[in-house]
Formats: sequence, structure tokens, C-alpha cells
Amino acid sequence: MQYDHILIRYGEMALKGKNIRSFIQALQENLQVKLKDFPNAKVKRTQGRMFVLLNGHEPEPIIEICKKVFGIHSLSLALKVENDVEQIKEAALEALKKADARTFKVAAKRVDKNFPHGSLEMNQIVGSHLLVNTEGYTVDVHEPDVEIKVEIREEATYITSENISGAGGLPVGTAGKSLLLLSGGIDSPVAGYLAMKRGVQLEAIHFHSPPYTSERARQKVLDLTKKLVGYGKSIKVHIVPFTKLQQEIFREMPDSYAMTIMRRMMFRIAEAVCEQENILSLTTGENLGQVASQTMESMHAINEVTNYPVIRPLIAMDKAEVVDISKEIDTYEISILPYEDCCTIFVPKSPKTRPRRDKINALEARHDFGPSIEEAIAGIETIHITAKSEDTEFEDLL
Amino acid sequence: MIYLDNSATTIPDPSVVESYQKASEKFFANPSSVHQLGGATEKLLQTAKQQAASFLQVDANEIIFTSGGTEGNNIAIKGIALEHQNRGKHIITTAVEHPSVDEACQSLETLGFEVTVLPVDEKGLVDVRDVKEAIREDTILVSIMHVNNELGTIQPIEKIGKLLSNYPKLYFHVDAVQSLGKVPLDIQKAQIDLCSFSGHKIHGLKGTGILFVRKQVSLFPLFHGGGQENGLRSGTENVAGGVSMVRALRLIKEKQQNQTNHLQAMHDYLWNELESIEGVQINSPHNGAPHILNLSVPGIKPEVIIHMLGEKEIYISTKSACSSKEKDESKVLAACGLPREITISGLRISLSYNNTQEEMERFVASLKEAIHQFKEVLR
Repeated sequence: MQYDHILIRYGEMALKGKNIRSFIQALQENLQVKLKDFPNAKVKRTQGRMFVLLNGHEPEPIIEICKKVFGIHSLSLALKVENDVEQIKEAALEALKKADARTFKVAAKRVDKNFPHGSLEMNQIVGSHLLVNTEGYTVDVHEPDVEIKVEIREEATYITSENISGAGGLPVGTAGKSLLLLSGGIDSPVAGYLAMKRGVQLEAIHFHSPPYTSERARQKVLDLTKKLVGYGKSIKVHIVPFTKLQQEIFREMPDSYAMTIMRRMMFRIAEAVCEQENILSLTTGENLGQVASQTMESMHAINEVTNYPVIRPLIAMDKAEVVDISKEIDTYEISILPYEDCCTIFVPKSPKTRPRRDKINALEARHDFGPSIEEAIAGIETIHITAKSEDTEFEDLL
Repeated sequence: MIYLDNSATTIPDPSVVESYQKASEKFFANPSSVHQLGGATEKLLQTAKQQAASFLQVDANEIIFTSGGTEGNNIAIKGIALEHQNRGKHIITTAVEHPSVDEACQSLETLGFEVTVLPVDEKGLVDVRDVKEAIREDTILVSIMHVNNELGTIQPIEKIGKLLSNYPKLYFHVDAVQSLGKVPLDIQKAQIDLCSFSGHKIHGLKGTGILFVRKQVSLFPLFHGGGQENGLRSGTENVAGGVSMVRALRLIKEKQQNQTNHLQAMHDYLWNELESIEGVQINSPHNGAPHILNLSVPGIKPEVIIHMLGEKEIYISTKSACSSKEKDESKVLAACGLPREITISGLRISLSYNNTQEEMERFVASLKEAIHQFKEVLR
């Protein structure tokens, strides 16, 4: 007997009322896409349950993929048998033998009320079968090493042993689209990840200032995006040629305000991309008080230029928490590569930590940035990053 | 020519040589250089690592390009020993390892380390229970090869890995030079911390190889300098070498997927034919790797057979090439407890996916003839 499917549990989604159908459908689709390297694996649904039929594939790599799909609360390797006491007993024995455990507990649940034995009775029947047919195992109902779950449903009985935690959250795509301001640092990929966790489909925008920022910095952003794609669907990256506008800001505006004004320009351009792409919000890695540009006053000044919602998933996090997540999602090592990005060049000696809206508006009114903003928007290069976007650049060598 | 010495080295694949040449010419820059050429070369190096990682089911930053198996084994063994000697100075290995593991461990004995050398059975197999018994409070490293280079014996790496996972303080190194592309090895399932591979055993070039170093495993580097290869192997990266290694890896993995049956069929054919020749004893285990077959013809000096076959352009070897310079006895066969007449007359046939059934037939006929001739002379 072999594990033949993986049982998928969706926690929070079950609370979503009338929308539940679309949530579950999105989860099923997302999961099926993720499993496309496993041609025989099929994602199926019946009566409030979702499972992956392995059809001969090894379970471990598929479990690893499932663990990264948002909307899955937990999962278990399962055996499916007919609603037959003998078959159930055998399968439970198999599950126990495979588990690395000394103590166990049987938790039967009879959903199909036509089944002749009740839940408690099944606990005893299966439990005593396990004790009789094994050596060295004991029952522990309080803190067992493994809990053998027997779920008797109308269509079949499912036997599972261990519960594996899923990524939680909601299926990517169910919460609409947001445009992530992606710099290449530690924060913005984490912000993107957390937005995705709440079901957001991302697009990303990156401000590129050659020759001040290099090809390596641009590649870094694409590599980070690729890591995020691992948690959802393909992501469009909009690369904005920012050099001219940035130079103009630093030439025309006082040093102390240049940083704030540059950020306002970024928001303006981002909003324009949102309009073009039908995106309803921005997502940033901003965090309260972390650096000078992220004081309350600074956010107030920058936010003035857009009335789009700005999602700031990191707003109340400690830096250490953000770093922990970035390590977990494998973006940390890329983020710390030491390439200049558009926020680290032209750092003024003493940026205003408490910029004022009225002052900034007066300053901006002195110079017409319009043409350069238009030019930047017109020059945007859009790149699709997909799970499969392997570099074909070196195909003739590798 | 019938080349049956593929465990010593393989014939480089022309496309691997081409990849090396092209990469050398076009991506000559130092990957650490800040300019665009450096950037492009670094990107090539990174892409090569990513692809290697996906073939081996590991992470790109866990890939270190080395000069081959010997270097990988030395970086791993000495690196763990020197880095973690404060935790303990005990190392476990087996009696049938490649000299680069063997000698590296022995060299550490001169620095005050203790080495337990596990015994093997008559087929060269390590017993997992022996591994367990050998583990001590101060054990920091267990180094066991996957496929034995002389016999083709496949060690129970997954079972050993599972056992070792109960001992979080020690590291598990596997020399997988002989198994790459021939015998499946799941680095994750076997919970391996360090794993060595070589390019020239898979139709790549000499001087190329990969060492897998699991994240969070720290090593004392053998080379200090500019901190290349995660600080484990300073010196300007061998970009073309790494690139050609990945090309070779791609090709061998494709063959492993599609042609394992072909290799096994040749192996089975040889087994049946050789077994029926009078005076031939097969030393390899029946369930060993599909590309290695070790046999002895007691009473005939193996060199004689090698030279007789060599005249017909058929190339096989005595024991392993790396220890062929030692006198007479095969250390591996001796470790299996085989009698001296067997251990001094070992011959190794090692196959590649590129060999053909017809070659097997011609080899068997020639071997029979050689043995026959020799016996004629003696009579």
C-alpha cells in the first residue's frame, strides 16, 4: 500500500461565505499550475475537500511545492480506501508503520452516517487492530507522537497520519492586483511576499538609473521577482528609465528635499502604470521610522501625490522580523548583494526628516518635471517573469 | 577502439569541449570585475550554478565549482575537521574509500584526529549498524562513498543519512564521483551535508567538478584569498570549467533518464557471459552499479590480460587507476576479506552509455581468447 494522494485543507477560506467557490477554484487552478512538472498529478475536489492525486509520483517534491501555495492551511499524505472496516484497519496499520513514532492515537470521524460503526467505536476497532499487529507501540491519547486520522466520508475513507503546515493566507489572485515598488533591498520583496499571502496578484515596478546603477542591479531585481513567482503566478516587471528625471531632481531641487521629491516622482509614475495596467493599489516596503525617508512626516509628504491605496505590509515590523522573513523566502542572499540602486546613489548629506507638504509643493512648482516624467513612462520596458523563465541567454554553452 | 575504463576517466563529449572553448573565448573576464564584461561573466557563472543546482535538486548557492573529486573530498573532509575540531576530533569512514578520502583522513590523524574505519562485507557493503555503533560524543564527520569505484557496490546512503539525522552535531559527506549520472542519489532525502562530484567521469573535462555544501555548513577553507566560491575556494573562478561541467551534467542526466536500461542490459550480458568462463570469479555484487564489473582470474597477472586486450585496442583496468601504482594488491578487494589470489588479480570493466552491445560481445570473445592463450602457454 502506498500513499496515493495528498489531502489539502484550506483554513481561513472556509469562512469566506458566498465567495468561497471562487476562492476554492482559484486555489485549485494555482495548485494545478504549480504541479505542471508532474504530468500525472491531478488536483481534485469533492464535497468540501481538495486533494492531489499522485498517480505514481513521489509525494515529497509535490509536498514541497504545496507548502509554498497560499490558501493551503495544512496538508497530509493520505491513503484512500473503501468504506470497509477491514480495508480501513489495514491502511491505518500501514500509516502507523510509516510514521516515525512510538506512541499513537486514533481519531476516527464518521461523516457518512450510513457507515455502521460510530466514531468512538471505530477508534476502538482500529486502535486495537494496531496494538495487536505491532510491537513496541503504545497508545497515548494526550500527546501522541502521531495521530492516525480516519475520516469516513460518503465517497471513501481517508487515512492520514501527519499534518504538515501550509503557507496559510489566501490564493494568489483572489484579492486583485497591486503594483510593488521593488528596489532590490531587503524590504520590498518581503512586502511583496506578504501582499501575495493575502491573495494579491503582483506586478512590480523598478526604477533603473544607468549608468549610476548597473546591469547587475537590474538583474538582481529580476532574480528577486523570480523568487516571488515561486509563491504565486508569473509577475510583470516594469523597468522605468529613471536617470534623466533623477538627475533633473537633484539639479533643480534643494539637496535636503531631493529625496522626498524623488519618491513623489516614483509614486506618480507608479500610479500612471497602475492606470495603464488596471491595478488598484501600490505596495511598498516602507516601515515606520526605519530610515530618514520613512518618518511619519515623510510618508505624509510622499503620499500626497496619489490617492491610490498604498499597502505597507511591513509598516509595524522590526527590521529583524523582516530579515527573518527574507531568509525564509530566500530573497535575503540576493538582496544583500552590494550593487547601487536608485535610492542609494545621490544620497544627500542631510535629507529632511520632517518634510512639509506646502514647502515641497512650492518647490515643485518652480520647475516643470512633466516632460521628463512622460519620457520615463514612455520608456518603460516590461518583462514577464514566469516560473519557467530560464535564462536562454547561455543555451549554447550550458 | 573499445573503451571500457570509464571509471578511470571518460572520453570528453565534443559539445563539452566546445562549450569550454567558447566560454573561455567569449567570457574571459574576471567575474569579480565591476565592468560590463565582468557582469556578463558573473551572470554566466551564476546561471551555470543555477542549472547545476536544479539537476542536483539543491540551491544555487550550495554549489562550489572545484577541480574534481579529489579536491571536493579534501575541501569537505579537512574543512569540516579544521572548522569544528573544538566540538570533537573523531571521524568515521570506511575501508573502501577512494584514496582522496582515505589519505585526507589519515593526514588528519597526524593532527590529532581519530579515525574509525568501518569494515565491509565480502561485496564491499557497509552495515548501517556498524555506522551507528561507531558514533561517539566527539564524532564530527562521517564520510562514506555512494558507489565504490572498484566494485560498483552501492552503499545504503539514504539509510545512513536517516540514521545520522538523529545526531545533529555531526556532518555527513558523500563521495558521489562514481555514481553521478549512473545511480540515483537524492541529496535531500539522504540528508547529505557535503557531496563531491567530478566532471571527467561524466564525459566532462579534467580539472572540473562540483562540491555541494549545504547552507549553514561552515568549512575551514583550504585556499585563502579573494573569497570566491562562498569563501571556500579563493582564486579567480574557473568559469569555462564550471560551464563545461554543467553541460556534461546536463548530457549525462538526459542519458540517465533515457538509457539506464541500455547500461543495465550490457551489464547483465557481461555478467552472464563472464560468470560462465572457467577460472573467472566475479567480485562485484549482483545488485551493484550498472556500469562497474570487477572480476578476478586467479593465477593470471592482470597486467598480462590488460596488455593482451590492449593490443586489440580494448581498454580495461586493474583495480582503480588512482591506486594502480601501488604494488599488487587491491586494497578494496582486500578489505572485502577476499583471498590474496583474488585481490592481486582484480580486473575492472567500467561502462559508459556510449558503449554498445556489439562492443560487449567483442570484448567477451577477446577476453576468452586471452585467458585461453595464457593457459596454452602455461601448459
